Amino acid sequence: MNIKDTVSKIKSGKQSCRELLDEYIPVILDGQEKLNTYITLLLDSAKERAESLDARIAAGDSSGDLLGIPVAIKDNMMLSGTRTTCGSKILENYISPYTATAVGKLIDAGAVIVGKTNMDEFAMGSSGETSFFGPARNPNDPDRIPGGSSSGSAACVADSQVMGSLGSDTGGSIRQPAAMCGVVGMKPTYGYVSRYGLVAFASSLDQIGPFASNVEDAARIFTVIAGFDEKDSTSIAPGESDFVRWVHEKGMKLKIGIPREYMGGGLSGEIHNRIADTARRLERSGFEIKDISLPLTKYAVAAYYIVAPAEASANLARYDGVKYGYRTPSPDDLLEEYKVSRQEGFGDEVKRRIMIGTYALSSGYYDAYYLKAQRVRRLMERDFQEAFGDVDIILSPTSPTTAFKLGEKTQDPLQMYLSDIYTISCNLVGLPGINVPVGKDSAGLPIGAQLIAPWRCDGKLLYAARQVEKIYE
Amino acid sequence: MNSGGYETVIGLEVHVHLKTQTKMFCRCRNLFGAQPNTHVCPVCTGQPGVLPVANGKAIEQAARAGLALGCRINSESVFARKQYFYPDLPKNYQISQYERPIAEKGHIMLGDRKINITRAHLEEDAGKLIHAESDVSLVDYNRTGTPLLEIVSEPEIDSPQEAAEYLKELRQVLRYCGISDCDMEKGSMRCDANVSLRKKGSKELGVKTELKNMNSFKAVEKALEYEIKRQEKVLGEGGRITQETRLWNEDKGTTRSMRSKEEAHDYRYFPEPDLPRLVIEAEKIKSIRDSIPELPAARRRRYIVQTGLSEYDAGVLTQEKEISDYFDAACGMLGDKSSENIKKLANWITVELLGKLNAEGSGFREDVISPPHMAELVGYIGAGTISGKMGKDIFEIMYNKGVSPGEVIREKGLKQITDGDQISAVCREVIESSPDIVDKYMQGKDGVLGVLVGNVMKKTRGQANPAMVNAKLRELMGRRQ
Ligand SMILES: [Zn+2]
Repeated sequence: MNIKDTVSKIKSGKQSCRELLDEYIPVILDGQEKLNTYITLLLDSAKERAESLDARIAAGDSSGDLLGIPVAIKDNMMLSGTRTTCGSKILENYISPYTATAVGKLIDAGAVIVGKTNMDEFAMGSSGETSFFGPARNPNDPDRIPGGSSSGSAACVADSQVMGSLGSDTGGSIRQPAAMCGVVGMKPTYGYVSRYGLVAFASSLDQIGPFASNVEDAARIFTVIAGFDEKDSTSIAPGESDFVRWVHEKGMKLKIGIPREYMGGGLSGEIHNRIADTARRLERSGFEIKDISLPLTKYAVAAYYIVAPAEASANLARYDGVKYGYRTPSPDDLLEEYKVSRQEGFGDEVKRRIMIGTYALSSGYYDAYYLKAQRVRRLMERDFQEAFGDVDIILSPTSPTTAFKLGEKTQDPLQMYLSDIYTISCNLVGLPGINVPVGKDSAGLPIGAQLIAPWRCDGKLLYAARQVEKIYE
Repeated sequence: MNSGGYETVIGLEVHVHLKTQTKMFCRCRNLFGAQPNTHVCPVCTGQPGVLPVANGKAIEQAARAGLALGCRINSESVFARKQYFYPDLPKNYQISQYERPIAEKGHIMLGDRKINITRAHLEEDAGKLIHAESDVSLVDYNRTGTPLLEIVSEPEIDSPQEAAEYLKELRQVLRYCGISDCDMEKGSMRCDANVSLRKKGSKELGVKTELKNMNSFKAVEKALEYEIKRQEKVLGEGGRITQETRLWNEDKGTTRSMRSKEEAHDYRYFPEPDLPRLVIEAEKIKSIRDSIPELPAARRRRYIVQTGLSEYDAGVLTQEKEISDYFDAACGMLGDKSSENIKKLANWITVELLGKLNAEGSGFREDVISPPHMAELVGYIGAGTISGKMGKDIFEIMYNKGVSPGEVIREKGLKQITDGDQISAVCREVIESSPDIVDKYMQGKDGVLGVLVGNVMKKTRGQANPAMVNAKLRELMGRRQ
């Protein structure tokens, strides 16, 4: 049952919010034990919340597009009074002093938040394995990673522990785990969802988006969380208030481009074939398919691994043990307090990126690295503009491989970074992208197709996603 | 200043606190002196996940300052992160402006000397560290995130005295525009000074040192004087100046090295990704420009050239905008706008009113004697209705009771007697009742005339016009001869 039907059931009084939640709680507890999906479970407050919603409904108020719907949020989003760890030891005991705008919108729409999901530390990682709280596991095969960094948010939806969740996507952190877990995961146009209350990794790339088991539910959650926020100066008004209608749109012709740079070396054969198959089936459904080129794709990973660490090195400077978070027990002086607290509080991947970013911004290197990477971003923007002059939507694989084994790539950061090779460009350019499951490989692991739409064409993106989804229903 | 064959090159970096209701990037109050950490929020304490939102009023204030200093306002400027670790800086970076500041290329006139201003940029202030006990430091974040404008001069100031003059002029301009209180003692204005020496006539700049921790204009002057002597000595002995930051010690009257160039921070500036480019429309710039009042230099010129006031009086009247506005208002209400009368008005304001307020230790207030009352008083004196001496007595009553001079005169019957017949009658009376004195006068002792005048004044309770009394007495006694 999808979100719409579930909400109708609640509104019509056939099921209470509490009853609905009680159906989910055993699944959540079971999943948490097997998959380590959450860093913090909020079941007690969820029960209270469900009951208070029921009381509200009894009093005649049954408003809310997500009324009673159990959802989870990634543990880098503030929810007042709850722990927000970002998957890091340095924030292990940090209690949110306020609520993120997007999370507040979920609550206002009647959602019931059941927990804060596991994630790579500070969203840095592609497998969930950099979490200080141990890795989340893939519901399709618990020996495999669920993807990352929104590992828990993807896994909990794939495991039917919740009807939807929020993740954040800086270089593919929603789309890649969605692909590996076999769910829908959307990264909206940069600015469509407020970042206020999302713990920053790379400010110019971060974007919150939904996970759901189907495109319509994803569109519904996205509709709820999107909107201009005066607390986020980079946010923009989407200019429309209902994205669900795009999912039900019919007969709209699309020209779909497949960038050859996304189908080449390093891509698993099975995924290649499946994307080609998807394209063929779309063609049969009446969509035009076109071979296109995004020549600057080869620079995306390099540019990303300058810009993201550079911004991160500044964003993470505040974790110094002075005001909150982990502080080393007995430092000799201020400098040692800084150094040792950060040394003990951050994991290796975070330290690696802080080092890269600090280096890239250092005097004498700034022009060669940061400035050049920013220039590449602007050129890539032109690359996409040209491509979108020709086609309406871009179709590609989301990830070069299906879910790999836990520990398989932890010793090889570069291999890990290549896991985001197809998703990174969207973030560098600010475009909306989405993962739609397109079946499974021979090992039974989900394969994901990525769709990319022009800037601010999130509605069209959802329409295209629905067309792909239909093929494999 | 030049001595020992060197000339001095000084550049000043001045930080001023902008007057706004709220902080630069959050909506906490921009207040001083409150209980520590009572004006803080997630944003200004650098909690995870927060974002800055620029304060439009602060941007306006910065643009106003730029325009008042003759700067070009950049229609697009960029915020940047300046990174360094310190406990008073919650994010461990300060949001500032680096490559594209809000204002560039202005100047300040010191008489005929033009001191160029390189740039003025917006930024947020840090908090305050309090070293409470021996091994404990506390931090107060109330000041964190309050709006600052940093104004950087070209290295064109050539003496400590000129540096102080520059600061005074800068303060005056900013205060006129309501941009900042510019109170160095209270920390709403701070000044760092870069100073170097070079061989007289040389075009090349010498190695500079940066002086910090001066808390008054006087301290800036003294620190520069000390530092120039120190550099002269080093150079005179064939030594080299080390590029470094030096701290002024007010008690000892010396500077000491704080950190060398090698230890200087690499601030790793980069554009603030959480804030879009700061765009100011041409129309907005125009409306800000229109809101700038006539500045002190222009007013001084007007007072001297148009009104004929002395440079000194013009200086005193323009030291604060409120005084100058008061003078202008009163001046406009003078019935007789002769230059003599205007000078009288200036005098009554600078000597009597300011003297009285200063003696009470209060700043300028126009409410004790309103401009129309002041104009009325000067009008009576100018017209000879009352004497200057009576004016002072009336002023006293006006000052204490807030009444108009006309009321005082009516109530106390203090009007000056200028009626010839009336004066002549009293003079006759006095002459007749003082034959001895009259005799002495007749014998040529002119000095006793004063006694007779005094007696007339006594009889008229000081209201007779002294000049008329004088003339009448001479006339009457002359006739009797
Ligand atoms: Zn604040």
